Amino acid sequence: MKSIAELDAIRKKALNNMKVKKENQGYKIVIGMATCGIAAGAKPIMSAFIEQLEKRNISVPVSKTGCVGVCRLEPMADIIDDMGNKTTYIMLTPDKVEKIVQNHIINGQVVSEFTINSTQAIF
Amino acid sequence: MHIYSSHVLVCSGTTCSSKQSILIIDKLKDGIKRKKLNEKIQVITTSCFGLCTKGPIVVIYPEGAIYSNVTLNDIDEIINEHLVNGRIVKRLLSGDNNENNSYETADFFKKQERIALRNCGVINPEMIEEYIAYDGYQALGKVLTDMTPEQVIDKVLDSGLRGRGGAGFPTGRKWLFAAKAKGDKKYVCCNADEGDPGAFMDRSILEGDPHSIIEAMAIAAYGIGSDQGYIYVRAEYPIAVKRLNIAIKQAKDMGLLGDNIFETDFSFNLELRLGAGAFVCGEETALMTSIEGKRGEPRPRPPFPANKGLFQKPTILNNVETLANIPVIILKGANWFKTIGTKKSPGTKVFAIGGKINNTGLVEIPMGTTLREVIYDIGGGIPNGKKFKAAQTGGPSGGCIPASHLDVPIEYDTLIELGSMMGSGGLIIMDEDNCMVDIAKFFLEFSVDESCGKCPPCRIGTKRMYEILKRITEGKGEVGDIKTLEELSETIQAAALCGLGKSSPNPVLSTLRYFRHEYEEHIINKRCSAGVCKELLDYIIIPSDCKGCTKCIKVCPTKAITGMIKEPHIINQEECIKCGACLEACPFGAIIRK
Repeated sequence: MKSIAELDAIRKKALNNMKVKKENQGYKIVIGMATCGIAAGAKPIMSAFIEQLEKRNISVPVSKTGCVGVCRLEPMADIIDDMGNKTTYIMLTPDKVEKIVQNHIINGQVVSEFTINSTQAIF
Repeated sequence: MHIYSSHVLVCSGTTCSSKQSILIIDKLKDGIKRKKLNEKIQVITTSCFGLCTKGPIVVIYPEGAIYSNVTLNDIDEIINEHLVNGRIVKRLLSGDNNENNSYETADFFKKQERIALRNCGVINPEMIEEYIAYDGYQALGKVLTDMTPEQVIDKVLDSGLRGRGGAGFPTGRKWLFAAKAKGDKKYVCCNADEGDPGAFMDRSILEGDPHSIIEAMAIAAYGIGSDQGYIYVRAEYPIAVKRLNIAIKQAKDMGLLGDNIFETDFSFNLELRLGAGAFVCGEETALMTSIEGKRGEPRPRPPFPANKGLFQKPTILNNVETLANIPVIILKGANWFKTIGTKKSPGTKVFAIGGKINNTGLVEIPMGTTLREVIYDIGGGIPNGKKFKAAQTGGPSGGCIPASHLDVPIEYDTLIELGSMMGSGGLIIMDEDNCMVDIAKFFLEFSVDESCGKCPPCRIGTKRMYEILKRITEGKGEVGDIKTLEELSETIQAAALCGLGKSSPNPVLSTLRYFRHEYEEHIINKRCSAGVCKELLDYIIIPSDCKGCTKCIKVCPTKAITGMIKEPHIINQEECIKCGACLEACPFGAIIRK
């Protein structure tokens, strides 16, 4: 790293790369992969997302992130759209993943019963 | 019958009609015809969907997309994007789709303020670019190109940041001492040997945002004039270790670690050292001894590490969470930091909430938030309608805070006044079913197991205290035990070598302070009203409620229950091992624990 300008250039490029893009169906999937997430089964969930997307031949980036603090609701995944809206799905299973890919990623309908503010989550 | 592949439903109820839905229908039909899709797509006029405030409403099947507040100008986009290209026009989806579904909107997050955890759950921790995208390494750049080491230390001093590892020593002062100390070589260390039972704040930061620690350590190194750092992380955190290794490599590849960073004279290298599971290695002098490759044991202070630390050179050691605050303080300024939290304890604190609480998890709250807010507003209260009894902070070095102090603001000094301490951030909630003598025994047992054995007060003293507590919980307590416990506590506090030893009697002292009656009940009445201490309990069958169903007889592992069918059963107290299986099995609630 030579200068702040160089750092800024990387920053701009990275911000652009992190943007959710139209050609990716306008979505990005981010899975919680800290110890809590992995212990609750985040790895099979990530495979399930990748498998479901491949099966339907759509390319949506699947990325990982750390712990947001609600470890008891893991495995969790955020689906972020190109408007910046974030939907947090909780306590995922491969079956739920299939429904989320089908309804949310393909048809744009949030599967509200699996989201963090659904009645399942006691807050 | 003709089969259409898509149906477009447009509401023509009164409200939607008044907002031009009729014109929308015409325009849709027109556009579909022009695209020659009228054989495939049918436009249907429907009655009210009940979403009148968001009208006009257009619903497209088979996708089931609900578009709200549709105007004539949106029609071309709907036709081109959705009907021709099969892409949902997200901008028009009804509000329910977009709002209140992200974790940030959950009540759990509303009172939180995220500084140390700012990137956790937001960026990909294995990609340095994502950290940089969220202002990562900007603070290091600013420090190296724009500030003198003195200015860096002044800023940290001015921010009032105090060590988040538990004791709350001002971070800036620590740095200042090390900067002033004379030495040809100085070291920056990070204490990531998080050992308190139930605490996992540091792990989450290391796993979710490892670069923030690397950046902060480089800033600290510049401040005190060091060129070498060590992160001492426990081997029980394999994912944290893996991500730290990735992060260090990426930072080196990008020239953010190594020689002449930002083309200045500043060079900094960073290495990991793995702890092998000893709690005592979280103590600063023991940690440094362990990095040196020796057996992890504390040594007397002074000399303090700022003068003679790692390899006898001036050294600073900061906790993970403390370091995670540094880049933000550099970028946003000390004055901004002081607006958060309280005057004596600025900033935020991360807590791992566990125990008898609905929302277990990790929270970052501004200092000065009350325990009540943490437990009831963020934590969602106590499960099963039970009553709150006490909160334990600071792990084996801390103490309990009873219900009468629920409204005390959480900051370093208030917690010490209450006989507890901030600690690294474990917060264990206990309800009426927890026995406080048992809790004290649990933490003492931990201290006995983890005592390094170097100094007798800790090695022998905690063991004797544990034995007394064990006796009390077994119903063999004697009058005078409480006094002996207090005397031992005082001796250990005064004479133990390291901070962990000195603080090990705290769980006993604080439970004695607030729950002395429970100790007395155990010792004098030989009773445990919380129903935890097995030896002080009896399982009894109430004859009038017993229907003689024999269910308890079947589950009893020691055959302690006898009785004929349809006649009241009896538990033989000699044989009963108090496992509680009969209580769970009884369908009539005829068995009680006393």
